[in-house]
Amino acid sequence: MANGLNPIAFLTRTRRPGRIDITDILSWVWLIGGTLIVLIPVVWAGLSSLKPAAEITRFPPSLLPHAAVQKSVPGFEQPLSLWNVTIDGQQKQMAMVRRIGLKAQMVDPDKPGPPISVDVKEMTQVQRLTVATENFTDPLTRFDFLTFLKNSVFVTVVATLMTLIVNALAAFALSKYKFRGEKAIFLLIISTLMIPLTVIMVPAYLVVVGVGLVDNLWGIIIPTVASPTGVFLLRQYMLTIPDELIEAARVDAASEFRIFWRIVLPLTAPALAVLAIFSVLWRWNDFLWPLIVLSSRDHFTLQVGLNSFQGEFSVQWNYILAMTFLSLAPVTVVFLFLQKYITTGIAGTGMK
Amino acid sequence: MAARSISSLGDRLLDGVMSIVEAPINGFERLMGRKRMPYLFLAPNLVLFGIFTFLPIAIAVGYAFTGGTGLFVTERPFVGFDNFRQLLSCENYLEPGSCKESLFWTAIWNTLWFVSFNVTATLLVALTTALILNRAIAGRGFFRAMFFYPVLLSPVVIGLIWKWFLDRNGLLNAFLQMLGVPPEIFLLEVGWSRFFVVVVSVWCHMGFYTLILLAGLQAIPKDLYEAASIDAASPRRTLFRITLPLLAPNLLVVLILLMIRSVQIFDEAWVLTNGGGPGTANSFIVQYIYQMAFGSDLRLFGLASAASVLMGLVLLCLTLVQLKLGKKMES
Repeated sequence: MANGLNPIAFLTRTRRPGRIDITDILSWVWLIGGTLIVLIPVVWAGLSSLKPAAEITRFPPSLLPHAAVQKSVPGFEQPLSLWNVTIDGQQKQMAMVRRIGLKAQMVDPDKPGPPISVDVKEMTQVQRLTVATENFTDPLTRFDFLTFLKNSVFVTVVATLMTLIVNALAAFALSKYKFRGEKAIFLLIISTLMIPLTVIMVPAYLVVVGVGLVDNLWGIIIPTVASPTGVFLLRQYMLTIPDELIEAARVDAASEFRIFWRIVLPLTAPALAVLAIFSVLWRWNDFLWPLIVLSSRDHFTLQVGLNSFQGEFSVQWNYILAMTFLSLAPVTVVFLFLQKYITTGIAGTGMK
Repeated sequence: MAARSISSLGDRLLDGVMSIVEAPINGFERLMGRKRMPYLFLAPNLVLFGIFTFLPIAIAVGYAFTGGTGLFVTERPFVGFDNFRQLLSCENYLEPGSCKESLFWTAIWNTLWFVSFNVTATLLVALTTALILNRAIAGRGFFRAMFFYPVLLSPVVIGLIWKWFLDRNGLLNAFLQMLGVPPEIFLLEVGWSRFFVVVVSVWCHMGFYTLILLAGLQAIPKDLYEAASIDAASPRRTLFRITLPLLAPNLLVVLILLMIRSVQIFDEAWVLTNGGGPGTANSFIVQYIYQMAFGSDLRLFGLASAASVLMGLVLLCLTLVQLKLGKKMES
């Protein structure tokens, strides 16, 4: 711990201790530059989602969410915006009544008298940091956002649970039994990895229509449950579970399903966790398939809903960005906590 | 204490549910014997694959030879190769306007351009990042995570975030104005919009390929580098004589995977460019299929299926190349 605490030594630790060569500096430039490119659009969208509607289209934009300070002045129905004004070399806070061309009419908010005319060059708006919570609350209460959110949560949870069970059962059969056609079935399942949705989306849609699941949340859950990556990942893991455990259970007259449920499944927990994380991310982010299958707003998932909002509120970026942020937040939280599992899971199986 | 009693209640509930589920399965075992159990365990998976993957493949090929606007095979007249003729008849293939299905050919050319730029750019960026992350550099885990983060975002979120970033009032224009460059509406300009579709695609996918390349780099035996440093080989020589040749199998896998996925570009670009705009500058092949089948009231399932079959054949060829290369590498 003692030598690890020296921050300078930590930051300058390179391949050859004590020397920094040009390639180290270039590496740092690349990594820090890349990190900024990754973060800036996301953080910018996040900061913008806190800005009130009037502020969001201002150009050049301010970095932090500001809002004009308003004050109700006796004699005026609407609250007036406050400005810092220089009159006769003196700084004063005034409320603007109206603006005509390059002149603005101002009154003193504390002693409202007849308005005085001020040159717009002489004034700057009084602003303070404000978070426009209405960007988040309005979509939740006024629009269908809550419905979308509910649908997405339902699809993600149910599809993930079903994915885990269905694929674990298949993986159990393919790893712990010898039977005719074992190899052929495994190859058949793995071969579906090569068939992307984009190639079969038209006929897959027709099948979903045929089984009566079109415009139904089950229509986006059931077709995605059987997953070749899931079977592969779980099977490879189950192969490492010693067969002696299963033999011992059989001697104790446990049924096959009980062996699966009580012995194999608990021991597969790490692989199940990886598959669960992936399944949650897949289902939460799914776009093309729900876009095809779902047609009524009541059934939209968050991603499809967000896309449709985009068409409707093309100018109300404050709402769009707030909802974008709400849909991005769970993924970010999952990533912050489970980053290690996700990256090692991908490096180990090459799946996404 | 409360949490524990709730979790034990949950356990008991689960046990109850499982004993109900278990009964018919155990009945099956008694009736059919242990030898048949794996078939039962495989059944749900295989039924789902059969209905939602293998059946559609069979239908796709069948539908490509039918016309009309009916939904089910019985409502659709057989038209032979008409759909393929419609897609492929062209006076001059370099000139989408001269083709019968000009949108299809616009989409093909757009996709080809996108694939070539995107594959090159992603490969270069991912390789550079992987090589740097493979060095003993401080904060490696942090940077690896940072580059990977966009991979997890949904295409809609990515599209919207970038749309806002590139907006007329967005941050990029604000930055350009600071440098004295007049603002530009990037996504309404053909060249810029195509450029940024590639940028966004690299932005959100490079982390995945970086991880695969990094895994390949870390599998290279360390003693090779020790030997090289004993021989006082220059870093450049080490890179071209040791690192890159030994990374070649991974590079090839990444290259083919990138091609397969780039051909299927759709969702981020669709959201970012408002459905392929400006005009048809960013309309890609999957978008063509989507629009023919679902986009309007046209419902040209035959034409869309024929286009899917053609794209499927291209992807199949790429996959076969990948498999062949994979086999070669193993031996």
